[in-house]
Amino acid sequence: MNLDFTPLIPEMFVAGMACVILVVDLYLRDSQRIATFVLSVATLVVAAVLCIWDSGTSSRVVMNGMFVDDSFADVLKAAISLLTAVVFIYSRDYAIKRDFFRGEYFVLGLFAVVGMFVMVSAAHLLTLYLGLELLSLCLYVMVAFRRDSAWSSEAAMKYFVLGAIGSGMMLYGMSLLYGLTGSLNMEEIRLAIAAHPTNDLVLILGLIFVLVSMAFKLGAVPFHMWVPDVYQGAPTAATLFVSTAPKIAAFAMMIRLLAGTLGDLHDAWGDMVIVMALLSIAIGNTIAIAQANLKRMLAYSAISHMGFMLLGVLTGTAAGYSAAMFYVLVYAFVGMGGFGMIVLLSRAGFEAEEMDDWKGLNRAHPWYAFLMLLLMISMAGIPPTIGFFAKLNVFQVVIEAGLVWVAVVAVLFAVVGAFYYLRVIKLMYFDEPVGDAPVVDTPQDTRVLLGINACAVVLLLPVIAPIQAMCVDAVNSLAFLAGG
Amino acid sequence: MSTLNFNILSLLIWLPILGGAGVLALGGDERAPLIRKASLAAAVAVFLLSLPLYTGFDTTTAAMQFTEHFEWVPAFNINYHLGVDGISMPLIILTTFLTIIVVIAAWQVIQEKVAQYMAAFLIMEGLMIGVFCALDAIVFYVFWEAMLVPMFLIIGIWGGPNRVYATIKFFLYTLLGSLLMLVAFIYLYNHSGSFSILDFQDMSIPFAVQLWLFFAFFAAFAVKVPMFPVHTWLPDAHVEAPTGGSVILAAITLKMGAYGFLRFSLPILPDASQALAGFMIVLALIAVVYISLVALVQEDMKKLVAYSSIAHMGFVILGFFIFNARGIEGGLIQMISHGFISGALFLCVGVMYDRLHSRQIADYGGVANRMPVFAAFMMLFAMANAGLPGTSGFVGEFLVILGAFEVNPWYAVLAATTLIFGAAYTLWMYKRVIFGEVANEKVANLTDATPREVFFLALLAFAVLGLGLWPYPFLEVMHASVENLVIQASATKL
Repeated sequence: MNLDFTPLIPEMFVAGMACVILVVDLYLRDSQRIATFVLSVATLVVAAVLCIWDSGTSSRVVMNGMFVDDSFADVLKAAISLLTAVVFIYSRDYAIKRDFFRGEYFVLGLFAVVGMFVMVSAAHLLTLYLGLELLSLCLYVMVAFRRDSAWSSEAAMKYFVLGAIGSGMMLYGMSLLYGLTGSLNMEEIRLAIAAHPTNDLVLILGLIFVLVSMAFKLGAVPFHMWVPDVYQGAPTAATLFVSTAPKIAAFAMMIRLLAGTLGDLHDAWGDMVIVMALLSIAIGNTIAIAQANLKRMLAYSAISHMGFMLLGVLTGTAAGYSAAMFYVLVYAFVGMGGFGMIVLLSRAGFEAEEMDDWKGLNRAHPWYAFLMLLLMISMAGIPPTIGFFAKLNVFQVVIEAGLVWVAVVAVLFAVVGAFYYLRVIKLMYFDEPVGDAPVVDTPQDTRVLLGINACAVVLLLPVIAPIQAMCVDAVNSLAFLAGG
Repeated sequence: MSTLNFNILSLLIWLPILGGAGVLALGGDERAPLIRKASLAAAVAVFLLSLPLYTGFDTTTAAMQFTEHFEWVPAFNINYHLGVDGISMPLIILTTFLTIIVVIAAWQVIQEKVAQYMAAFLIMEGLMIGVFCALDAIVFYVFWEAMLVPMFLIIGIWGGPNRVYATIKFFLYTLLGSLLMLVAFIYLYNHSGSFSILDFQDMSIPFAVQLWLFFAFFAAFAVKVPMFPVHTWLPDAHVEAPTGGSVILAAITLKMGAYGFLRFSLPILPDASQALAGFMIVLALIAVVYISLVALVQEDMKKLVAYSSIAHMGFVILGFFIFNARGIEGGLIQMISHGFISGALFLCVGVMYDRLHSRQIADYGGVANRMPVFAAFMMLFAMANAGLPGTSGFVGEFLVILGAFEVNPWYAVLAATTLIFGAAYTLWMYKRVIFGEVANEKVANLTDATPREVFFLALLAFAVLGLGLWPYPFLEVMHASVENLVIQASATKL
């Protein structure tokens, strides 16, 4: 029995701090609420340091095979906590102006982070499910945080119902796998499948249920219906949160479960993922054109980005997984900037989420228009931005896998996608402003951080090699790839 | 090899880009005079820096010169690899020269968002130079695509009434072609293990694959050139773009497409290029003959010059795909000459547009009575566009026709019709606009070219005549590289 707790230190720290903050918050007056915020951000930064600190070289499975610690988990956890810290900073002012700057918001966020940590490190189907549910429940509440808003409540309701269906699918798939292999330990299941005929219908059925539930969580077509409604209905601060770190956690789940545990079934799921990826890219990019609401447009854009990420996964190779990992990290980073810009331009009583709100931004605020321009061309994958290199990576692995036609179809829809990103640029630069110029009264720290976030999509280019190498190393630390 | 011990190519790329950023940082329109001076200083500095490329150039070798090589993304073997040969070096000098003209031409015309306008052109300049020196496919691609963004903004912000349609069409058209080229690059990388263009040129590729890759490259370069039948974005973009945008589009970005054929299609895919030469020549001749006829019936001066550009670029492509040194050298000279001439013609149209706010030929007539100096300059450029001996327009066309004659006299006969059609549409337009009685009150109130306008027109006139009377300095630098290219394009790589 291995009861080594050291790999769990980041999880225990964040969970412990979340409880402390919950209690501390009770004793604070509204004017002192800023302390909760500072403590939460500090917790996340320390957690990121702890993740990197204990970054061992090899993969360790502890807690009776429930929990795995490898550098794949460390890198993703560090990314999750840092992104969430920035998300908290971006949303502070938004929350204050809308009167939901309360301790619960940050505590829920921290518990969601714990859930993501557990998902990323899961070595057992139960651990995985626990992490997933902890994350999802926190997200449902965060989406519903403006309970006086009908949009927000409706979004949360949809998210909850569809999320529950997704979880149900996951549980059913897991039970089929358990019935067939007699184990819930992911490594044992993998070994059992390796010794099992891979064309067993029950096995494939289990795989399909697991895959469908993952598609639900990622928001990949044809299980994407909740994404636009939730992104639009949730308060922008919550959208910002939903669209960044949870994507990374869902990616980690996909790698652990699909590529790891069910890796031997690649012949079966490879084609399914091709269909999902291409449909996500095609439908996401096409429907985004018709949107008049920026948050909704970015939701469809997120669907298409998940499709591009799946392109890396579907190859079933280590290079493909690291390309997908690079993609999802870049997407989370750039997407955070995009929603961050909406938060920045919004103020009390004005959400800045309709396309028309962005008309003529260049006239009043050339600097913010320029930042948004950088973020948009990065999302469109146009150089010189990291978004281009993310796409280059996935195209490269797809073509290497001999799927040139998949790359060509994806490329054609990337051109369709470029259109709606260009439309945002067009609104900001070519159109005349409607009404008064938007007033930006966001605090200095948010502005500076957002400026760094947006400029980094270009300025990171010289150091793109180490970031890629980090992804490759992280993927290579996965036990199922190292063990062959 | 070069005796310069600093990285001159990087300097040429990054100085204008940093200059552009600096100009942006200077602030809004209230500081416009300072912004204009700073932009001009940056453009002149870059031009002066580009001259050592010519003086230090070794004309005896076809190898890449002034090379720079730094590791960028080792995982994909992407290197920051720059260098120039006789094909790219003249194009870089053309770029730096024309940027100065564009900055001067915008001096009084652009009164709104001056800093953004100047910065966009300076950043474009750096990116275009990057395209011409990149020796790594990804570096090439990054510059090639990044250039779309400033051009998109230039047409969209300072363009005419239908600018949004034109600029989005321009962007998406080019993006589609370029992404297919990217797929081809990745395919080549997966088989050669490197993104180096020089490695691509050395690897052997099966014929069927060469055909696919040829069409992928074709999608990118033919759109940029533009060749018939993917030329439809160009008239729209030109008509809507501000004068400076039209100049850069016609004079340099079109050349990037032709340059792509020389740098990628011919040496990397020689067998496919040979096999598809007939196809390319037919498209080029359609451009020469049909597009010239289209130019004849235009009523908008800018559109006329735009169609004339397509016809002249058809000539360039014809020169490339007859696979002899005369044709390729003729095509290259034609590229440079067309850079000066089309730039000059767009500026002439711009000079008249600034006064009358119309580009319709019908709104003019008898301009010579009021603007004699301007009319004289425009006469020279119109003649050059028609290919009059003594101007740069003649040299390239003559060499291409000569080269085509060696291959197939019929090509030469059809290509030579450009001398007739070119003269017809250019001179007819000139006659209707410049000669005759003063057409209306507005023309009667025209004032002649200002000293600033005379200055940039004179610079271009000097270039057009210089290249026409004494093309040797240009032919000399490109000769070794062209000979080498002909050998590469004639060898089989199966």
